[in-house]
Amino acid sequence: MPVNMIVCCKQVPDPEAPPAVFKVVNNQMTLPPDVKPVIGQYEEFALEAALKIKDTAGGKITALSLGNNFVRDVIKKALAVGGDELILMEDEAFEGGDSWSTANALAMAIKKIGEYDIIFCGRQSSDWDAGQVGLGIAEILGIPAVTLARKVEVTDGKAKVERVIPDGYQVVEVTLPALIIVTSGIGALRYPNLKGIMAAGKKQPIIWKPADIGLEPSQVGAAGRRSKLDKLFQPVKEAKCEIIEGETPAEAGANLAVRLKEAKLL
Amino acid sequence: MAENKGILVCGELANGKLASITTELLGCGRKLADDLKEDLSCLLTSDSVGGASKEAIAFGADKVYAVEHPALKEYQADSYMQAVEKLVNEISPRAILIGQTSMGRDLAPRLAFKLGTSLTTDCLDLSIDPATKLLIQTRPVYGGNAQAVFTSELVPQVVTVRTKAMSPLGHDDSRKGEVVPTKIDIDTSKVRAKILETVKEEAVGIKLEDAPVIVCGGRGIGGSEPFQTTLKELADLLHGAVGASRPPADNGWVPEAVHIGLTGKIVAPDIYIAIAVSGASQHTAGCSGSKHIIAINKDPEANIFREAEFGVVGKYEEVVPAFTNKLKELLAG
Repeated sequence: MPVNMIVCCKQVPDPEAPPAVFKVVNNQMTLPPDVKPVIGQYEEFALEAALKIKDTAGGKITALSLGNNFVRDVIKKALAVGGDELILMEDEAFEGGDSWSTANALAMAIKKIGEYDIIFCGRQSSDWDAGQVGLGIAEILGIPAVTLARKVEVTDGKAKVERVIPDGYQVVEVTLPALIIVTSGIGALRYPNLKGIMAAGKKQPIIWKPADIGLEPSQVGAAGRRSKLDKLFQPVKEAKCEIIEGETPAEAGANLAVRLKEAKLL
Repeated sequence: MAENKGILVCGELANGKLASITTELLGCGRKLADDLKEDLSCLLTSDSVGGASKEAIAFGADKVYAVEHPALKEYQADSYMQAVEKLVNEISPRAILIGQTSMGRDLAPRLAFKLGTSLTTDCLDLSIDPATKLLIQTRPVYGGNAQAVFTSELVPQVVTVRTKAMSPLGHDDSRKGEVVPTKIDIDTSKVRAKILETVKEEAVGIKLEDAPVIVCGGRGIGGSEPFQTTLKELADLLHGAVGASRPPADNGWVPEAVHIGLTGKIVAPDIYIAIAVSGASQHTAGCSGSKHIIAINKDPEANIFREAEFGVVGKYEEVVPAFTNKLKELLAG
C-alpha cells in the first residue's frame, strides 16, 4: 500500500562549521558567507526514513519547509534524493519564530495539504536545538506521535517504530496517520543521483505565504512567538590546555602519563 | 482563573528510587520556590512509588503527589500526559520543571502545547526575575556555540533542565513535607502508541553515567576494532568505560547507548580522555562537566584542545599504546 508522507525540513547554517566561526553580534548569530546553509542533520535522517518506506511500500513524499530566503540548490536536495513535491513557506513574516509559531504554521500548512499517512520530523533543529516542533505539530493536529525513531516499518495502516531509549530501544506500534520524529541510527541520507538532480532542477517549489495557510502575518514568525528571546551571548572560554611534548608521538604519550601522575590525577 | 503559584517538579524514578535528575530538579526548584516564597511540589508517577516520596521530601520538596497506576510502570506518553495534565490543572503551578531526559524530551513539548503555554528545553540556568516573578531561562543554542536567555509571560512556565547542570541539596531526613495521596485514573483506551516490547542493549561493564573515568573515541578512530582493543585496554586499566562521539555511533562502530553529546548521554566523570575527537560543540555539550579533560588528537587546531586541560598532538595509534603502557608501569610502581 503506497504511503503518503510529509517531511518537515529546515534550512540551517552548517552545524559542522568550526565553532570559532559562530559569532554573536547584536543579539544575532552571524556567520561568515563561506558557511553554507544545509538541510538540518536530523531532517536529513527524517528524509531518509521516508525514502526507505518509499523504496519498499511506494508512495509520495512532500517536503515542507518554513523560513525565508531559501537557497534553492540547498533545499531542493529534498527533491534530488527522491522527494516528489517541495512546498516552501517562504516569507519575511516567517522569520524569527519560536517553536510555537513554527509548529503552528507547519500544522496549518499540513492541514492545507490535507491527506497524509505519516509526517516525519527530525528530533531537533541543528540551529536552535529546541526539539519541540514535531511534538507541537502532532498536538495541534491531534494525531499520535512517536519520538526518537531509528527504524520505521509500515504495514496495514500501522507503523512499527524502533524508539531509542537510554539503554536500548522499544518497539512501538501506532495507527496512522501519525507523526514520527527521527533520530540518527536510521542511516545517513542517500546521495542524490544524476537523474534525481536533473529532475529537481526542473521542478519548481510551491510557495506559500501566511495568507495561503489562513494566518495573518501577526500570527507567524517573530510576531507569533510565545517566548521572548532576551539575550543571545557566548560565554567566554579561556583556553588553558597544557600540550605535552615528546621527541615522538609515543614519547609524548608516555610523558602524558607521567604528567598526569604529577598532577595527581591518577 | 486562580493565580498560578509554586514550583512543580515532574519527577522520575530509576529502579524504584528517585532518579538523580529529580534530586537535581528539587535542588534547583527549592531555590526558586524560596525566592518566590512559595511551595515546591514534586509529582511522582509509577505503578508503585513507595519510599521515593519520602526521599523527595528529604531532597527539598514541600509536597509530594504520588500517583500510582499499573499503566505508569514505564513511561508512555499518552498515559503519563493524563496524570501530569490532571495534576497541573488541579494545583495550577507557576512553573513546571522537567528533566531533559528520555522522558522529559518526549513529555515536555506535548504538555506545553496541550496547556497552550511556552517551553524552554535543555536549560542550564534558571532564576526568578524579582520584579515580574517570571522564570529567566538560559539554554545553549547552535549546538552549544552560544547561549540564549528566554522569558515568557504565559503560565505555567514549562522548562526542561539538562542533567548534571544543577546541584541537588544534601539528603536530609529531618526536612518536613507532606505526601498528598493522589488518585488519578488513567484511561488506557486513550493510549495511541502501544509499546510492544522493550529491549535492553546495554554495553557490558561499567555504566557510562557512573564511570569515574571515560575514554571516548571520535570519528578519527576510523572503525569499530580500536574501540574494543586500544581504547578498551586504556579504559579497563583505569576502571573506566568506553564512550564515543556521534560519528562512531552513526557509523555503527559502537552502540548508540555509548554516544556522548547533545543528543546522546551527558556525562561528568573525574577524568575524560578524548581520543581522535574533534570536539564539536555538539559533543562537548555532553562532556564539558567533566573534572579533567585530556585530549589526544593529530590536529593541533582541533577544538577539543580548547576544552582540555592536558593534551598530546599526535596520531592516536602511536600515542595511546605508549600512554597506556606508561600508565601501567606507574600504577604498578
